[in-house]
Amino acid sequence: MADGVLAPAVLGGVVLLVLAVLWWAARGRRAFGTVEERATYAALHEASLAAPPLREGLNARSAATSARHLRALLASPAVAVTDTEQLLAWEGVGEVHARAAQRLAREALDAGRPTVTDGLVCGDPDCPLRAVVVAPLVLDERVVGTVGAYGPAASPGLVSAVAEVARWVSGQLELAELDESRSRLAEAQVRALRAQISPHFVFNALTAIASFVRTDPERARELLLDFADYTRYSSRTHGDFTTLAEELRSVDRYLLLEKARFGERLQVVLRVAPEVLPVAVPYLCLQPLVENAVQHGLERGGGSGTVTVVADDDGGLCRITVEDDGAGSDPERVRAVLAGTASDVDGHTSVGLGNVDARLRALYGDDHGLVVETAPGAGTKVTVRVPKFSAGVRVGGPAS
Amino acid sequence: MTGPVLPLVAVALVVVATIGIGVYGLRLARTTSDFLVASRTVSPLWNASAISGEYLSAASFLGVAGLVMAYGADALWYPVGFVAGYFVLLLFVAAPLRRSGAYTVPDFAEVRLGSRGLRRLCALAVVAIGLLYLVPQLHGAGLALRATTGAPVQVGAVLVAVVVTVNVAGGGMRSATFVQAFQYWLKLTALAVPAVFLLLAWQGDGRPALDTPTPPTFLQRTTVEVDSSTRFVVDEPVTVTVDGRQRRLEEGSTAVPGGSPVVFPAGAAVPHVASLAPATGLDWSRPLSGAGGVEHPLYATYALVLATFLGTMGLPHVLVRFYTNPDGRAARRTTLGVLALLGAFYLLPAVYGALGRLYVPELLLTGRTDAVVLSLPVAALSGPAGPLLQALLVAGAFAAFLSTSSGLLVTTAGVLAQDLLPAGRGDRAPGRVRGSVRGFQLAALGTGGVSLLVALPAAALPLTQVVGLAFAVAASTFCPLLVLGIWWRGLTVAGAGAGLLVGGGLSTLAVAATLTGSVGSDGWPAALLAQPAAWTVPTAFAVMVAGSLATRGTVPPDVGRTMMLLHAPEGLGLPAGSGPPGHADRSSPETTARRRQRAVRRTAP
Repeated sequence: MADGVLAPAVLGGVVLLVLAVLWWAARGRRAFGTVEERATYAALHEASLAAPPLREGLNARSAATSARHLRALLASPAVAVTDTEQLLAWEGVGEVHARAAQRLAREALDAGRPTVTDGLVCGDPDCPLRAVVVAPLVLDERVVGTVGAYGPAASPGLVSAVAEVARWVSGQLELAELDESRSRLAEAQVRALRAQISPHFVFNALTAIASFVRTDPERARELLLDFADYTRYSSRTHGDFTTLAEELRSVDRYLLLEKARFGERLQVVLRVAPEVLPVAVPYLCLQPLVENAVQHGLERGGGSGTVTVVADDDGGLCRITVEDDGAGSDPERVRAVLAGTASDVDGHTSVGLGNVDARLRALYGDDHGLVVETAPGAGTKVTVRVPKFSAGVRVGGPAS
Repeated sequence: MTGPVLPLVAVALVVVATIGIGVYGLRLARTTSDFLVASRTVSPLWNASAISGEYLSAASFLGVAGLVMAYGADALWYPVGFVAGYFVLLLFVAAPLRRSGAYTVPDFAEVRLGSRGLRRLCALAVVAIGLLYLVPQLHGAGLALRATTGAPVQVGAVLVAVVVTVNVAGGGMRSATFVQAFQYWLKLTALAVPAVFLLLAWQGDGRPALDTPTPPTFLQRTTVEVDSSTRFVVDEPVTVTVDGRQRRLEEGSTAVPGGSPVVFPAGAAVPHVASLAPATGLDWSRPLSGAGGVEHPLYATYALVLATFLGTMGLPHVLVRFYTNPDGRAARRTTLGVLALLGAFYLLPAVYGALGRLYVPELLLTGRTDAVVLSLPVAALSGPAGPLLQALLVAGAFAAFLSTSSGLLVTTAGVLAQDLLPAGRGDRAPGRVRGSVRGFQLAALGTGGVSLLVALPAAALPLTQVVGLAFAVAASTFCPLLVLGIWWRGLTVAGAGAGLLVGGGLSTLAVAATLTGSVGSDGWPAALLAQPAAWTVPTAFAVMVAGSLATRGTVPPDVGRTMMLLHAPEGLGLPAGSGPPGHADRSSPETTARRRQRAVRRTAP
């Protein structure tokens, strides 16, 4: 009985699986109607394949990967990619010509425009490489390298094709530079954040500690050491990632100092699932949120307030929420801060919020930006969702 | 059968406790602003308990005893292998895997080989192994409820599937370590306490021998309920009572029409279900005797050893638990703890299997040997002790179903949501991590639903054998990937992919053939398919090595850095190390001393 039911069920499952795989594989390859459409598709497809490596910038690895697709795009027997100093990649037949590639590229590098060289010779009478068209790669009016197409003859069509391809590659390299400057900007922002221990906080913390020096010297000493640890962590210079445990420890020190100042008026609830403590998180991704929560929830709330920090385990993700029961703010205002079009919420500077949001999005994708739930008079809850694993993210390591 | 009230109460208690600890445990344990809270990671012992709790499934709690009862000494390789797998994990995988920072095997594939395609392939294998492991859990739940309350098999499966799916999709496993650790100790207690009473009862009965020269006999007049579809083989003619009328069962294969209860006289030899050959006590107690009708016992043993020793490291729900360790050293210590905890646990099922032959031999007739653990107390003990201990065992069994299923579901759904579901809007850039709350919930519901659909048409194989097949698939796919990935620089994307496809494909085909019963049960082909690991694992290794050598040029250029990341101990300050952060700038001796001092002070009120 059991076998009779199970056999068709398993077979059906296997057939479904195979169909699903076939569908998935065939998804991207719908047939086109006309020859032109197919040619356009083929060219654009090759270009799109060559683009991702080029977005890393011009180096031996990106050149090697993209040269394969550039060669298909140009339909020539061999393609050479050079920078200003040396040959980066040779793709195609006639490897002997690779040695001369840099010399042949020299002219285009110097002239800054496409050059044609005929009558290449080599020992092999059947070698199809008799001519080469080299076009320079220009970035901000600077020549950074060349693309050369080798073939039996340098037809005018090939010359213009190589020139266009070189221009397209230059465009990709410009985008690469844009990416790089964007990440440099993010780095600069983190550095700014590090240097951004508010003078008010320093002043208030020291005053609070001073008030304990006579009444409770032991506590004053502890608070001073906490203060030292806090500043040391916040101005640390190496590593873009840290563990959640480290980040929470610093948050805890900060809250301890604020508690010393506000006493019973500040209530803190810290609820942490131990499973997520080893998760790698961007350095200083929580601290600005907690500082915000204390400022918003308490200083402007007048009386007292509670700050709740919860970190829990959510499958492949770690979910952290920072919540205050203070005045809250206008959601539109928060949206503007996160979008970078405003730098303060109701007159309160919140550089931290926008910065954390931007860094999370840059690292993990748009699904992982800050989620802020707030309304005037209803407190604020900020949620961060950090994946437990993300390629290139490593505690103590630099951002990829 | 006793009244169904006690077992049902036990099931309800375990379900409530599991959900309750999941929801409120975090709250109770951590409602404080104590300074040290954030720095307290999960200790290796807690983590080891959690891993053991999640690992001990229906197969271990119910199935192993059933196999020991049916197949004798050879079946002891199951518990041995289930534990020894962790030894292999400890030696070759635990610490490097933790250092890699990977949460799942697909993550590891990406760290080591940097390929999204391979990542997908691994994700597919995770889902396959997860489902193959999940189905026997649900099936076991059905068996357990049927054996104790008489409910249809489907009830238990639906109950566990619904509870686990809703709990997981609703975020009830947000801090699973304590729930899972609790489940381990519950399972150990549930199996150990009745075992003590059963051994005492056996002593009291004058220690009847197990290694008799005859097949098992009924110790007393026994009523057996046989459904009409069960064919069994009678070796000695015996006169039984059916519906109050005497009837003589002649030698040969027979069935009882109408499913009426059959009363066997005391001392009669126990007929065996058609798929199980009777074994004398002597054969049963000796290794490699082929007791129970196993053909080619030597091959089957070696294949099983290979599957369990090498498969443990590929179980998705086990590996994710290692992520909780703060570093590679803690990962090793945790594994050591798991070895001890599992070693203690697996002493017990053998006791049930052996005593089952004496006290509940009718299970050999009905073929429901997986129920031996649950049936023993009522059969062997008189008075209220039997039902009470049975309720305890039911509680332990449900702890097993719930914990393993939850762990599997969390992991499988997580991988499914992250790697296999279509990406959301604006989320296709390379290197981006996918997975949203909704995606995870959908994946959890889908996985739970599919496994329930597969589990409902009751499979004819013993629980542990199906789980053994999941181990075989894991050993044929992830073991080569992890071992070669960690210990061999030459591994390439193409080689790894080919090995995964060949190993996974062959073992999955063997599993499908075995589960559908399409090859019969005789001769070499059946033996090879029933225990495929002995040939699929070496094949997968060979293909992976050969494929990598053939594509030698595509070894990732940063393999040296990756290897250093995997193997260099943390805290050396090496650039690629992923050790506890800030070792260089944290914890001057003064601060450490102060922390200790403070820790002491804070604990005193």
